[in-house]
Amino acid sequence: MPEAPPDDLPALRVEHVDVTYGRAVSALRDVSLTVPHDSVVALLGANGAGKTTLLRALSGTLRLYRGAISAGRVRYGGTVLDGRDPVAAVQAGVVQVPEGRRVFTGLTVDENLRSGGLGLSRRGSAQVAEARDRVFTLFPRLAERRRQAAGLLSGGEQQMLAIGRALMAAPRLLLLDEPSLGLAPLMVDRIAEVVREIHAQGTAVLLVEQNAGMALSLADHAHVLETGEVRLSGPAAALAGTDAVRRLYLGEEGAA
Amino acid sequence: MTGLLDDLLGGLALGAVYALVALGFVVIFKASGVLNFAHGSLLLLGGYLTAVLHDDIGFAGALAVGVLATALLAGVIDRLLLRRGDPDPHTAHVQTIVTIGVDIVLLTDLSRRIGGDLLVLGDPWGDAVTRVGPVTVADSRLAAIAVSAGAIAVVFGLFRYTRWGLSLRAAGEDLEAAALMGVRLSRVRTLAWCLAGALAALAAVFLAAFPAPGLERTTGQIALKAFPAAILGGMASPAGALAGSLLIGLTEALVAGHQSELRLLGEGFGDVVPYAVMVLVLLVRPTGLFGTKGAARV
Ligand SMILES: Nc1ncnc2c1ncn2[C@@H]1O[C@H](COP(=O)(O)OP(=O)(O)O)[C@@H](O)[C@H]1O
Ligand SMILES: [Mg+2]
Repeated sequence: MPEAPPDDLPALRVEHVDVTYGRAVSALRDVSLTVPHDSVVALLGANGAGKTTLLRALSGTLRLYRGAISAGRVRYGGTVLDGRDPVAAVQAGVVQVPEGRRVFTGLTVDENLRSGGLGLSRRGSAQVAEARDRVFTLFPRLAERRRQAAGLLSGGEQQMLAIGRALMAAPRLLLLDEPSLGLAPLMVDRIAEVVREIHAQGTAVLLVEQNAGMALSLADHAHVLETGEVRLSGPAAALAGTDAVRRLYLGEEGAA
Repeated sequence: MTGLLDDLLGGLALGAVYALVALGFVVIFKASGVLNFAHGSLLLLGGYLTAVLHDDIGFAGALAVGVLATALLAGVIDRLLLRRGDPDPHTAHVQTIVTIGVDIVLLTDLSRRIGGDLLVLGDPWGDAVTRVGPVTVADSRLAAIAVSAGAIAVVFGLFRYTRWGLSLRAAGEDLEAAALMGVRLSRVRTLAWCLAGALAALAAVFLAAFPAPGLERTTGQIALKAFPAAILGGMASPAGALAGSLLIGLTEALVAGHQSELRLLGEGFGDVVPYAVMVLVLLVRPTGLFGTKGAARV
């Protein structure tokens, strides 16, 4: 990813956001957080805390779930994202890798990658090829299997494809929803490496995880969601040291 | 022997035309999860426009107007009657019911206009025939095969090589993931309806051409035979719809050609063939010939 130009260093700002599903179920209340342009921010929380809901609010897909932002603002740089559609988020440079990977299993690896560029205006094939080369450098495994149906890939490979597909949209902020879910420990380490690499190339990352150990090792800042509210916020290192986080999210690692 | 070749060519022509209709069903289903029950009426509209215009502006012009107008109306049905704004995956079944209403309105109006008439479309083939080896084939059938094959090739090319095609295939598999890639679902969907409308109007020409006597108010009902073709192909699979259409076209022609020997199945068994074939295929393969979980969108 190219470095963001110095006169344009957008941050994601979520300000006092409430989300409700079906006008009745309150899923997020007064959520505020910021993802600066050059950072990795972790969002932790148990199942059902509202992590995915927040990402839907950022990407404009709440409507697919009969949900809506009922209060608050979402801004990326100068662009208002609340009330907009997913195309707006992608074009602003905010691209999501959804929970459960959600690759197009009937399409080939190559077609999946091509689909990642669909939100941008028609690009020259040279630029698409360049973006794809970057993905293949990051994930050589995908290059080997480019003509295979994505459904034939292993879980870890599918996660890489899902990330690669998102990178095809040249994101400036990547939203990752539980990328380690269901993967073997070795693969989790590999994903962590990849996140580090993507960040090093100039893309900010909002990393949603239940695997707090992995997320806190990568993040500069972290927030903990509990039943729709931000319960804790702070530098990742400091949060990793708090009793509550050690007890609740780091499991036996923190039990000592 | 020539009887068999005759039947095979007739079946191929019929299957090719069914495929135009069945592909429309599939494209609409992939893009919107809707089973379009107004498809037969759209087909009839295309044929009707071609029939009433060809005297004044010639067959080619009339066909162009018929195809474009039907495409446009299909797009309008999608945009104005089925939804307001963004596609809502939760209401596909409701939208399917709405297409039944649209069908009734369209069909009532067209039936009133057509009455008991047989309309000629003024196609250039008439009742001319060509000798191919040992058999004599109606030119209209050769044209049906050639034009349908061309149109089908174009449609498959669109699927494979265009951004619209990729968007459609992605959205057909996972609407939300496609949305997250920034696919403009609304636009992709409306274009799918337009394409389906255009294909239906094109099919009308060959359903009304020789050896059929012309366009009747019931011609649209033939679209109902392409429905089982799409379903037995897997509903969301273009290749399946093509295979299903050819299978049904060929079976229908063979049964019709051997009607006398099949007397015990009853007169007019040919009309039941599409459904019989569909049931048989689905008994063996419940998801259809090329079916995947994508068909579970219903
Ligand atoms: N489509 C929906 N309709 C109603 N409630 C929902 C819907 N999706 C999620 N929720 C509710 O919102 C809350 C947060 O869910 P989610 O954002 O998926 O949590 P997480 O990603 O942290 O596991 C949960 O209580 C869940 O039941
Ligand atoms: Mg979640």
